Amino acid sequence: MRMDWELARSGYRRYAAYPAATVAGVFTNTVFGFLRGYVLLALYEHRDVIGGYDASDTLTYTWLTQGLIAIVYIWGWQDLAVRIHSGDVATDLARPVDPLRAGLSFDYGRALYHALFRGVPPFLVGALVFDLTGPSNPLVAVAFALSVVFATGVSYAWRFLYNSVAFWVLHYRGPAVIAMLVANLFSGFIIPVAFFPDWLKTIAYATPFPAMVQMPIDVFVGKADGIEVLYTLAVQLAWLVGLLLASRAVFAAGTRRLVIQGG
Amino acid sequence: MADSVRVYLWLISAAIRAQLEYRVSFALDVIGMFLVTFLDFVAVLVIFHNVPQLGSFTVAEVAFVYALSAMSFALAEFAVGHLDALSEMVRTGSFDVMLARPRGTLFQVLAADFRVRRLGQLLQGAAVFVYAVGALDVPWNAARIAMVVVTVLFGAAIFSAVWVFVICVVFWAIEGREASSAFTYGGQFLTQFPIEIYSQWLRRFLAYLVPMAFVSYFPSLYMLDKEDPLGLPSFLRFSAPIVAVGAAIVAGAMWRFAVRHYRSTGG
Repeated sequence: MRMDWELARSGYRRYAAYPAATVAGVFTNTVFGFLRGYVLLALYEHRDVIGGYDASDTLTYTWLTQGLIAIVYIWGWQDLAVRIHSGDVATDLARPVDPLRAGLSFDYGRALYHALFRGVPPFLVGALVFDLTGPSNPLVAVAFALSVVFATGVSYAWRFLYNSVAFWVLHYRGPAVIAMLVANLFSGFIIPVAFFPDWLKTIAYATPFPAMVQMPIDVFVGKADGIEVLYTLAVQLAWLVGLLLASRAVFAAGTRRLVIQGG
Repeated sequence: MADSVRVYLWLISAAIRAQLEYRVSFALDVIGMFLVTFLDFVAVLVIFHNVPQLGSFTVAEVAFVYALSAMSFALAEFAVGHLDALSEMVRTGSFDVMLARPRGTLFQVLAADFRVRRLGQLLQGAAVFVYAVGALDVPWNAARIAMVVVTVLFGAAIFSAVWVFVICVVFWAIEGREASSAFTYGGQFLTQFPIEIYSQWLRRFLAYLVPMAFVSYFPSLYMLDKEDPLGLPSFLRFSAPIVAVGAAIVAGAMWRFAVRHYRSTGG
């Protein structure tokens, strides 16, 4: 536990060390918030409600996703694949900590930094310019925070899983990009899952991806209400546990066939 | 100049041959890129699953605008996409090596790589274009057909010029690279849709000052023979080439200014 805490602290500090990167990231996330916001707002010239979302819900969704980008970190995390590719993973295996657990602790430290400094600022800008929907009561806010914690874990487990493909494939970049973009679409990052046609929605909810983005947002704007909030959190937790177990199994299978050239 | 072009083509063809060496990996990359960008278009289709129009543009008309933007952006990525690696070149000091060589630094950076897998993105843009043209009743004539080629080429030039301009941020702050994405990938996003849907201040900033409106929006109005819902003068529809040349001059000046003020990390 003490180890997890230290790892989380170093995860936090690793990202806190580059304030210019944070400013640049917030700037870009904010610009995209405006671009996406206006595109989605244009839909409401023709309709008042889409998939249960009114214009204000959709704008709230847009700015929440812009804030969640850095927190759940679906994009461009290939740290593990790079270490497998280079053989550095051997060092990780020699350490007295489980790589999956150590990585999770480190990632939660990172996520906390990103939540504070890259998650909140774009959302505040959005809230200043547009009329956004807030959580209806403090309990919802707490549930949202917990939902984001689960979402981050689900995302981490998914990243760990597709990074492990590098044990079997030399050119891991291709599969990684595809894994990332599938997650991007089905998580509800680009368009709310509620906007999908029914058949696509069914596919999306059969995957862990909505647990990474759509579910926390549904809690925040109140699309998941009352007992549904508990159900949503339970589904997220189930995916988190399931994917962590899958990651452990795949990583173990990968290490069994791993050959590191000495040196 | 002619010499530079010759060397550039020689270096690029070497890069292409190197990437074609691993045929299966190359084919997978291109197919992957096609699928990835196709997913991007699925988002547009999902939008139209819910509404018949975006602003005063129909599905097929938005697809037309989207396709022009996608093809231009794919060409720009071929030419300058690896500028995203500039921060890494500065960090590791490999940019300093370029300063010592008897060629322009921008030339050397641009000639350093050529992303052949972007072919998948170009194919996706072309596929959407074919779909849009099939669904639309475009009053085709020689001028409009020529305009497609002109638009895609000069649209790519505008994207490229903007890319060169904004990536210069890394000469002052290496970690600031991500801010350039707001203009490069942000520009790509903006040009996929008719700009009338954006608010006025965003249009002024990202469509006129950063001249993204000339990539796909204005030329599309001409090719689709559409009235401008914003009521802007019609000469703008033909202004992409002159805007592209202007943007390139500004970007070149910015690059020279940035490199002159560049201080090595001393690695």
